[in-house]
Amino acid sequence: MRLTCTVNGERQEVDCAWGGESLLYVLRERFGLRGAKNACEQGECGSCSVYLDGTLVCACLVLAAQAEGAEIRTVEGLAEDDRLHPVQEAFVQAGAVQCGFCTPGLIVTTHDLLERSPHPSDAEIREALAGNLCRCTGYEKIIDAVKDAAARLG
Amino acid sequence: MQVLSPATWREALEAKAAHPDAGAIQGGTDVMVELNFDRHHSATLIDLGRVTELCEWERDNGRVRLGAGVPYARIVAELREPLPGLALAARTVGSPQIRNRGSVGGNLGAASPAGDAHPPLLAGGAVVEAQSAARGVRLIDVADFYLGPKRNALEPDELIAAVLMPVARGPQQFSKIGTRNAMVIAACSFAVAFDQTARTVGTGIGSAGPTPLRAAEAEAFLAAALDERGAWEGGRRLDAGTLERFGELVSAAARPIDDVRATAAFRRHALGVMAQRTAAWALDLSLEG
Amino acid sequence: MSQTPTLPAPVYPREAPARDGVGASVRRADARLKVSGGFDYSSDLSADQALWGSTVRSPHAHARIRGIDIAQALAHPGVRAVLTHADVPGAKCYGLKVADQPVLASDVVRYHGEPVALVAADHPETARRAAAKVIVDYEPLPPLVDPEQALGADAPRLHPDGNVVKHVHLERGDVAGAAAQADVVVRGTYEVGMQDQAFLGPESGLAIPTDTGVELHVATQWLHDDRRQLAACLALPEEAVHVVGAGVGGAFGGREDLSMQVHASMLALHTRRPVRIVYGREESFFGHVHRHPARLHYEHGATADGRLAYVRGRILLDGGAYASKSAAVCLVASGTAVGPYVVPNVAFDLHAIYTNNPPCGAMRGFGAVQTCFAYEAQMDRLAEALGIDPVELRRRNAIETGSQMPTGQRVDGPAPVAELLERLQAMPLPAEPAAGAPRDLRELPGGVSNTTHGEGVRRGIGYAVGFKNVGMGGGVDDYSTARVRVSEDRGEPLVEVHTAACEVGQGGITIHEQIARDELGIQRVVVLTPDTSVGSAGCTAGSRQTWITGGAVKTACEAVRAELLRRAVERCGASDTALAVKGGAVVADTGALLAPVAELVAGDPIDETREYRPPRRTQPLDENGQGDSFLTFGFAAHRAVVDVDVDLGLVRVVEIATVQDVGRAINPLAVEGQIEGGIAQGLGLALMEEVQVRDGIVRNPSFTDYLIPTILDMPPVRTEILEYPQPLAPYGLNGVGEPPTIASTAAILSALRAATGRPLTRVPVRPDDIVEMQAA
Repeated sequence: MRLTCTVNGERQEVDCAWGGESLLYVLRERFGLRGAKNACEQGECGSCSVYLDGTLVCACLVLAAQAEGAEIRTVEGLAEDDRLHPVQEAFVQAGAVQCGFCTPGLIVTTHDLLERSPHPSDAEIREALAGNLCRCTGYEKIIDAVKDAAARLG
Repeated sequence: MQVLSPATWREALEAKAAHPDAGAIQGGTDVMVELNFDRHHSATLIDLGRVTELCEWERDNGRVRLGAGVPYARIVAELREPLPGLALAARTVGSPQIRNRGSVGGNLGAASPAGDAHPPLLAGGAVVEAQSAARGVRLIDVADFYLGPKRNALEPDELIAAVLMPVARGPQQFSKIGTRNAMVIAACSFAVAFDQTARTVGTGIGSAGPTPLRAAEAEAFLAAALDERGAWEGGRRLDAGTLERFGELVSAAARPIDDVRATAAFRRHALGVMAQRTAAWALDLSLEG
Repeated sequence: MSQTPTLPAPVYPREAPARDGVGASVRRADARLKVSGGFDYSSDLSADQALWGSTVRSPHAHARIRGIDIAQALAHPGVRAVLTHADVPGAKCYGLKVADQPVLASDVVRYHGEPVALVAADHPETARRAAAKVIVDYEPLPPLVDPEQALGADAPRLHPDGNVVKHVHLERGDVAGAAAQADVVVRGTYEVGMQDQAFLGPESGLAIPTDTGVELHVATQWLHDDRRQLAACLALPEEAVHVVGAGVGGAFGGREDLSMQVHASMLALHTRRPVRIVYGREESFFGHVHRHPARLHYEHGATADGRLAYVRGRILLDGGAYASKSAAVCLVASGTAVGPYVVPNVAFDLHAIYTNNPPCGAMRGFGAVQTCFAYEAQMDRLAEALGIDPVELRRRNAIETGSQMPTGQRVDGPAPVAELLERLQAMPLPAEPAAGAPRDLRELPGGVSNTTHGEGVRRGIGYAVGFKNVGMGGGVDDYSTARVRVSEDRGEPLVEVHTAACEVGQGGITIHEQIARDELGIQRVVVLTPDTSVGSAGCTAGSRQTWITGGAVKTACEAVRAELLRRAVERCGASDTALAVKGGAVVADTGALLAPVAELVAGDPIDETREYRPPRRTQPLDENGQGDSFLTFGFAAHRAVVDVDVDLGLVRVVEIATVQDVGRAINPLAVEGQIEGGIAQGLGLALMEEVQVRDGIVRNPSFTDYLIPTILDMPPVRTEILEYPQPLAPYGLNGVGEPPTIASTAAILSALRAATGRPLTRVPVRPDDIVEMQAA
């Protein structure tokens, strides 16, 4: 099965060996974009969060064939050249990264939240990030990072 | 495995007619889990993601026709006023990522008793619009749609086009139990809908039986009590015993089991509490004595 | 070092910006890569021609294997190998302490999920489908799942030496005498469910065949112990097995035991191709050990003025099918059995038992988490029986420096237990919600699930103190190795730190970088990828790496510095004043510059490797549970404020406050991260986390039904950090990783009891335990 889509602004074309391959598998194994992580494969952890045609989704729950013709944006597509996106910079500075396995998903989810709501309340942050599990930080520094990112983005 | 990607609803129905064993996938929030966990074995999948008609809703004649593929996030954002019970339930579905993809059609197709949309669909008197290439549209009362755990009334050549839901004619509520404060599958759930025009009460019980259930006796009891008290417009005082009895009847209508999410006894208990609370919130009732 | 092996790559780019030394909240150098998605975890590694491995696992908790038929699997298109126990080249079993766990089961399976066969194929889906075609002929046997029953004399033996992995009899003073005189006695039986580490990055790795053996890139906690076990099972000399630390997606104890290491290596050696094995979440639940479930029987006696007279009890730890770390868990449970309190008379029997439940082993705070839940519940019960404030009762009995533990060991380091409690009690409480005001659902039990608008909600406050030993105890030779190299790079000095310490997310690489920067006065420090080409660093466990590997880095830096000074003197002549390395140069304490480091090492790098051992050797416990078994201890106290819906049994934790003594915070930001993260895991155990096992079968191996706290479950944390220098440790630091996980659970339970009046003797608490239900 042939799949054509745009990933982080670049047109990509690839053959999938198996019809059941997820977008996550294709991103990681066929496009070599390993930023989206494989932590649960059932949409319960948010580690594989990416944009699919501008909508925040779990890449593990998208059938690769469903991404035909779609525009996909991953964590690798947020930084500009060597400059981190303000959301990424905020996560570094706030100490919101430990093992970091959940981090790419949280970065994309935070990016999505702040696009929709530039100055979220604490409760709004928590509800928006509730689909992204983190096992290391206890989330405290993640909330700090989201607020800092909001401030950086003005 | 073969994936068919029809571009129109008509093509989708033809594909389903040609492949009656095929599974359907839309948001993928159920089907992909089965695929990833090696529990999905149909040789063909029909991807409905390109069928734009499925992602539309319209309101006319006191009713919302909700396309089967409208994601929960849009139900929360756009349908709070006409379908408040469903919107409340939609907000509790999974996570933002899941609500961006999951849809009522998916809940109905999967027919898991734990699906969050089922109780408000039951309480609100929804009708499922099924369709096949051969026989056209077939309307199925949602209460007749659920046949058993993960079994529904669709024929092999049918797909779900939409859900027809009366615009709320009174307050509606939804409540769901889980041992986590977000992103949790219902241990049990309850919806109630008051039709202040027809003077009827609708209920729906989730995750406490082999299928989603209505509590018909409880509905009749509460409607009668409201009639008797003249309390249909809400804000009235109602004796505690009435709500308690309503809760007991809701509990009694459940057919729960023990599983990893809760015990049967707790499910019954919690349904009783939720029934009382949601009814009181809906009608802004205060209790006597 | 006379010989200079090639250096591994750095963990992060060499251009990482320079920052500060010990005591500063230095940002992690790997964070930039992690936020960009470019950091390589073990599941991200690939190689040309790599195959995918898949594991066939037992669906039974206990069964005899009558035969294994691999023919159909082998014939599946795309399959390159199918291996069974017969193909294990060397030792058939492995283990951290006892080699009792089969690489692949041969005649019997002892737990649900035990590996039986392996498949390698071109595509992961092909491997998975072929694995399903391996036909194993099982004769199911009755599973032995109750540890009490397994302990019985007539129970079937699961292992040749019986069902007891470890027994500790602990006796001190005269319990019978004290019991006869106690004014108040309280008893209780407590249970702890099976918690999972639930690290987010499932087990994974890449094995590459080499000319002489195998190179394995893997997410693990101890490279050298992996290598020791791998070499034995593969029948290779240790030198032929090269283990490289790949990016780790969390560990928390769950990566101490082997998982896919031998399997991937066997497949790679067999096929002569690189092999990746990447577990999914479901397999991960079967791929690693869990926290020991425990049943704890306690009896506390006290005098009327609230002094503990005696504690006696019995603790059963369910070790599951294989030994793993059961003995160490039992040791820690012994040492922490009565809590951080002075108790003159103590008698305990502790057993870790083999059953047909999933194997249990290391998880953050092991042994101490289980006991703390029980002894703190007992302290609350005792306080109530005595009519004394529970915090006051704890303060009155708190150990301090110089106190003797039930194992006879004197606490010679800081033990500010009373102060922790006093400071905790003095911290402000979160505001009570205004009566009658509408409340945001997200701040109520149940959250947006809309279960209450305030009805049935009661607030409770609870306190608990926990402690655990730091470092490896019980006589283990605890040491680490560091290699530090200073060279000239583009006209500037560059420090490279090479250890085998596994960075599992805690920030060890940052700590080691800070230490090197401080010791050598050189800004540019990079930490290299850990591997087995340098000496062992020991396990990233027991809150020990900052101290032990940090100590090794410091010691190696001191050697490097001595050589730098020697070279400076050699070049510039002897100096009258003391010399130091500062700002990248050797300087006299007058401030005069002798020589830039870059010049001293140009063309002739300094490369020193040193081992570090802490100044105390521990001992095993004797037959009465006596001995100086622990290096030292770390203490933390927690206060939980909870809102609980007493009608529905749902809980929202409003706030956790904590005071912890950390010796010295080498990196305060990282210390806070450990505290907050540890508390979240304690909250999970208190309220939701349990691997549910019935008749040996795991019923919830997924993140749908094994729930860990979300950001809506975790409350704000109010933290106060004390820094009483630990005299045995470099810089006065102490281990900080485990104490936060220990008492947070107990504090939440205490708060729940205060709010509900229910006994709540089991964690995780289920809604059923909280609500009073009508008889069904």
